[in-house]
This record gives sequence, C-alpha cells and structure tokens, in this order.
Amino acid sequence: MEYLSLFVRSIFVENMIFAYFLGMCSYLAVSKNVKTAMGLGIAVTFVLVVTLPINYLLENYVLKADALVKGVDLSFLSFILFIAVIAAIVQLVEMIVERYTPSLYNSLGIFLPLIAVNCAIMGGSLFMQQKQFVNVGEATTYALGSGIGWILAIVGLAAIREKMAYSNVPAPLRGLGITFIVVGLMAMAFMCFSGLSI
Amino acid sequence: MSQLFSRKNKNILTAPLTLDNPVTVQVLGICSALAVTAKLEPAVVMGLSVTVIVAFANVIISLLRKTIPNRIRIIVQLVVVAALVTIVSEILKAFAYDVSVQLSVYVGLIITNCILMGRLEAFAMANGPWESFLDGVGNGLGYAKILLIVGFFRELLGSGTLFGFRVIPESVYELGYINNGLMVMPPMALILCACIIWYERNKHKELQEED
Repeated sequence: MEYLSLFVRSIFVENMIFAYFLGMCSYLAVSKNVKTAMGLGIAVTFVLVVTLPINYLLENYVLKADALVKGVDLSFLSFILFIAVIAAIVQLVEMIVERYTPSLYNSLGIFLPLIAVNCAIMGGSLFMQQKQFVNVGEATTYALGSGIGWILAIVGLAAIREKMAYSNVPAPLRGLGITFIVVGLMAMAFMCFSGLSI
Repeated sequence: MSQLFSRKNKNILTAPLTLDNPVTVQVLGICSALAVTAKLEPAVVMGLSVTVIVAFANVIISLLRKTIPNRIRIIVQLVVVAALVTIVSEILKAFAYDVSVQLSVYVGLIITNCILMGRLEAFAMANGPWESFLDGVGNGLGYAKILLIVGFFRELLGSGTLFGFRVIPESVYELGYINNGLMVMPPMALILCACIIWYERNKHKELQEED
C-alpha cells in the first residue's frame, strides 16, 4: 500500500503550495476565477505527470554516478536536462491545447507557456532527485499526487477569492495582501494533515 | 563615469528596492522568498546567489539579444540561466555545504524563479549590457531585502536567535516566554509577507489596487 500512502501524502501532507510554496507566482495570478484556475491546474498536473517520469528515467539511466558509463557522474547536467525536457513538453502541450481547445488557450493566455518556468514542475523533478524512488510507478504516483494537491490549492483559493469580491477589504490590503493572508490561513489548515499516515 | 551612473541608471538600480520591488510589487520570486527564510543564514546566501545570477544572466542575454531568433527565445534564456545556476550550485556545495543542504532544492529552483524570466524578458531583451547589469543587481537586492526582513522576524520570534547566535537571553525564557513555533512554519511566512505589503502600500498609496 505504499503507493496509496505516497499518493495521499503528496496531496495533503507535502502539498506543493502549502508546504513548499512551489508554483506561487502563477498560482496568485490565475486564481481569480474557478474555471481558469481549474484549467491551469489540469495543465500543470498533466505536464508534471509527463515530465517527472521522463526525468526519473533520465536521472537513473543517464545522470547518476556510474549510470551511463562506469566512473562518470553527470549529475551536474541535471538542471539543464530537466529544464530542457520540461520546456519541450510544455511546447507540445501548448500546441495540443491550441489545436483542440482554443477557448482554454485564449483564457489562459501567457500562462500556458509560463508553465515551463513554474516552480512546481521543476520542483517536482528536483524533489524526485532527492527522494530516490524505487521505480517509475512511484515517481508517477508522486507526480499525480502533487498535481492534484496543486489543483486543490488553486481551485480552493479561486473559490475564496470569487466570494471575497463582495467583501470590504481595507485599501492597503486589497488584492495581493489579503490573498497572502488567505493562503497563509489555508496553509495553517493543511498543517493539520501532517500527522496523517496510511 | 558620470554617464555610467546617470540619473536614469541610478533609478534603474534603486527603483526595485522600494517602489518596484520584485516580491511585493511585481509579485515575482515568491516561492523561494517564503521557503528559505526560516533562518537568516540561508536567506542571506539565497539573496546573494539570486542577485549574482540575475545580474550576470541579464548581461549575457543583453549581449546576445540581437542574435537570438524569436522562436527559441525562452529556450536560450532557460539554458543560460540553467548553466549559471549549475555553476553557483556547485560553488555553494563546495564552499558552504551546510547552507546548500538547508537550501536543498531551492538553489535549483532559481532557474524557474519568476524574477529571472521576468527581468530577462522585460529588460535585458531591450536594453544594453550595463543597464541590464544594474537592473539585475537592483532587482536581486530588492528581493534580498524582503528575504532579510522576513528571515529576521521568523528567526528572532521563532527560535530566539539571529544567524545562530542566541539573542533573547535565558532570563526572558525563565519568565515564561516561549519561542513562537508557528513562525518557523510556512503559514507565518505568508502572513509576514502580507504585513510587509500592507506597510508598503500604506506608505505608497499609488500601489493600492482598485476595488
């Protein structure tokens, strides 16, 4: 049952936004309404689930010490290789979205190509490097869980911000300030999952 | 010499420190600003690393700006930044190993730090090398300033130390004072940032958002 435990842990306990702050920039910018937030969340999850296993295979069969050729440690190339894979996959996703769902493409605008520099995607690959998963299945489960955790966070925040449009926020806190406080309170709420174990 | 530090260039250097701060005004670089500030030492190292990387990436891209084809612009920028971050990461691992372990993935995440891509796209692609260098240093220092402020409060109130040196004396603890454990956790970083934004927007009314 380690897959289930890993899956649940990566959604709630090690939530990309609330525990590690990964992907905050696009998170704060796109969370103004639920529909676009959901679209971005799904795009981020898709890119995560595709790039993390590819990077896992790269890490284990090319980059690690003694992986490709005995005595050769290519791990210093990991940053460049990971970001290249991510940029390529995002370009692919952009082309698919433009072709098949042009309305989503228009509403996401600049944020679709910006997924390439979303900390959540790169962070996922870097955490994968640290965690040393046993096989590709674990890496994919972790990617899926992280993505779903991200979707939860962004859709939750978008829902709150939609309702907060009717609140009377003091002028200096309006917009960015109150969003930070709301995310802080949500992070506090997610902290209660930290004792979760399956 | 006066041309190098003309009024316009001085403004490029100082604007990101307050009015155009990358973290609190441009909303870039939030991820690492919140994650590494539990203690002051990693915050300072992170701030310095980002300043160095933004400055040099800005210069390199500015020197190359007329020769990069438009289609592969982002990829070229990413490769340049990834190379610089790899160098800085290896230097950190060699000379400041403890801090690099504390920073863990966030050194690598400088590649995807929005400040970098933001400044490269917005400034370096359209301006000369010296101005881009100043812009990089200014934004890096503006980012470091926020890291220092958040890190200061989080470490002081959360552990009673500064840079690892005990600042709150034992006598205060005996009177019943306890370290605020929540300060070291993610939520307080966000709320501290909100307080900084509140203060800045109160001081500079033009930053406030419309209803």
